Amino acid sequence: MPIQYYIFLALALFCIGVAGVLARRNVIIIFMCIELMLNAANLLLVAFSKMHHAAWMAKPAGIASPGADGQLFVFFIMAVAAAEVSVGLAIIVMMYRNTHSVDVNFLNRLKN
Amino acid sequence: MGNIIQLAWLVPLFPLIGFLINGLGRRSLSKGAISFIGSGAILASFIVSIMIVLQVKSPGFTASQGVLKMFDFISVDKLIIPFAFQIDQLSSLFLLIITGVGFLIHVYSTSYMHDEESEHFGRYFAYLNLFVFSMLLLVMGGNFVIMFIGWEGVGLCSYLLIGFWFKNSDYNDAAKKAFVMNRIGDFGFLLAVFWIIAKVGSVDFSTVFAAAQSLSKTDITIITLLLFVGAAGKSAQIPLYTWLPDAMAGPTPVSALIHAATMVTAGIYMIARSNILYSLAPITQTVVAVTGLVTAVFAATIALQQNDIKKVLAYSTVSQLGYMFLGLGVGAYTGAVFHVMTHAFFKALLFLGAGSVIHAMHSEQDIRNMGGLKKQMPVTHITFLLGCLAIAGVPPFSGFFSKDEILAGAFSVNPVYYYIGVAGALMTAFYMFRLYAMTFTGTFRGTHEQEHHLHESPVAITFPLIVLAVLAAIAGFAGLPEVFVENGHALEHFLAPIFAESAKLKHANHLDHTTEITLMVSVTVLILITIIYAWIRFSRYRKTEADTKGLARVLENKWYVDEIYNAAIVRPLNAFSGLLNRVVEKVLIDGLVNGVGKSIQYGSRQLRLLQSGQVGSYILLMVLSILAFFALVFFTKK
Repeated sequence: MPIQYYIFLALALFCIGVAGVLARRNVIIIFMCIELMLNAANLLLVAFSKMHHAAWMAKPAGIASPGADGQLFVFFIMAVAAAEVSVGLAIIVMMYRNTHSVDVNFLNRLKN
Repeated sequence: MGNIIQLAWLVPLFPLIGFLINGLGRRSLSKGAISFIGSGAILASFIVSIMIVLQVKSPGFTASQGVLKMFDFISVDKLIIPFAFQIDQLSSLFLLIITGVGFLIHVYSTSYMHDEESEHFGRYFAYLNLFVFSMLLLVMGGNFVIMFIGWEGVGLCSYLLIGFWFKNSDYNDAAKKAFVMNRIGDFGFLLAVFWIIAKVGSVDFSTVFAAAQSLSKTDITIITLLLFVGAAGKSAQIPLYTWLPDAMAGPTPVSALIHAATMVTAGIYMIARSNILYSLAPITQTVVAVTGLVTAVFAATIALQQNDIKKVLAYSTVSQLGYMFLGLGVGAYTGAVFHVMTHAFFKALLFLGAGSVIHAMHSEQDIRNMGGLKKQMPVTHITFLLGCLAIAGVPPFSGFFSKDEILAGAFSVNPVYYYIGVAGALMTAFYMFRLYAMTFTGTFRGTHEQEHHLHESPVAITFPLIVLAVLAAIAGFAGLPEVFVENGHALEHFLAPIFAESAKLKHANHLDHTTEITLMVSVTVLILITIIYAWIRFSRYRKTEADTKGLARVLENKWYVDEIYNAAIVRPLNAFSGLLNRVVEKVLIDGLVNGVGKSIQYGSRQLRLLQSGQVGSYILLMVLSILAFFALVFFTKK
């Protein structure tokens, strides 16, 4: 498959994520949208890594491999995202306990 | 005695030390100690000056010996201005006049100022020493910059001393007037120095004068004219002379110091020093001569109708300075310097004599209230008479020889100068003997109390008078004209090296001896007639209540020059300052400064609204900023 398909898909995912963060007020939805943006980035990393690898395979032997750094990065990002999710969900739980709401517009106590 | 010229820096050092001690210790030192330090410092300088003059006079002396470099004062790129002294015939002669007459004035002041409080007494002597120090720096400077330091120094000291009694606001105004007038002249001097630096690249006298021949005609004319503006300010020539009569606000010995030993002779000295420049600029020479002549006659007419004893003397100084400039303008440099010397003696004498009279009359300065003082004040009377004879130009007193030399020089250039100059000389004789007759002869016209207290002044006052009277009487023999004695002009021979270059340029235009003697005799007869007329007329003077009329009234009001200056310069300038204050300062400057502050305050108040606390708006801003950043990178990458 051509690389453009992956790029368009990732772009679409990312834009959905941004739009969701900007438009929605529910913290959990915002949280999910952030995950969406992260995974759009992951998708691009994997796609480019695969592309470079395929290009290398087509070349004559003797040229150094580009490696699989991009795919390794994705695992790393997934691990970080998991940690982030656990912290984020904990914050949301605490917020719900305090305000009985998950609306971000409630969180304007730092104003002034 | 070794080479005393190497020690020439001692001459200005003594007054400087005296200034520091008296200035700093004025609260703790006794009056006796202050007098001793103040006068002693000048006496020490005087002694060193005598030794310097003897050294300069000795046959082995050459001009290169006299330049004394202390250290580099300014050193920028190729322009190096050393702190250098230049000792030669001209500066050593001035050293002698300044320290000699200065010393006598210091001695005189110890008695004259004795009624002052101790603190002010110390302040007075500190200023006096600083004054002498500045003047010494002025004449000893080896380049125009060092000269300018002294030049500014005397301006400052004159301000301090004229405003010595600072509680009187009129005196402060007079001091400010002197300062401002001098500043105008100094501006010209400064421009001339810059011009010299631009064209010659050095300010050393020797370098500049050696390069004078190669300068273009325009450059040299502009430089000399600008220097002359400076000289006119300092030496009180039209149109910058009005500060000098007002300078009478200071104590009388200060007037003597300003008029005789220091300050006003600075302009003459500077032009005599740069004589080669002036000899190369005939246009400037004409300007100098005409300005001098007009000032001489103009000031003399004012002096005819003044009734304040010091004002008469002040205008006579302006007039005599005019003669000196006439001498410089017609190339009679020796004559001008000669007149500086004789004038220093008789004008110091007259001022100190006037001070003695004022002292005896309890601060009365109006000669209409004096008269018949010769019985009570014999010493003052005789010495004052000698001074009057000297300034009037009666042979064989000193003024005759010096004035005659200037007038003879004027005659050889243009007889018109001569006739106008003689008219001024006759007026000089008239107003001096009007002053003398109204003060010392006739009957006393003051109050009974004043008459009761009339007394001869103490020794500290009469001693300088006697010394100066002797000098005023005999100083003329230093410059006997060729007609009387072959090679009789000792001063001319002494100063010859200074004016050698100019003498080469001057066309030998000597008067033949019969003409010279005829002129001399006729002028002398005219002067004697004037003196006798003035004497007879004013020894019978009676006080009248009637106001003066016509021309006399105009003269009494000094041709209304002060009023004209007020209307033409001071008031428009004040109005202009008012305008600047109201419009430019309030609207433009304040508007700008306050506007910056106000707009920042307003801007921050608006920006503060961005901190809304809404997470959504923060994120929106973040996204927009990132997009903007991408756009920036995208569009500027190419």
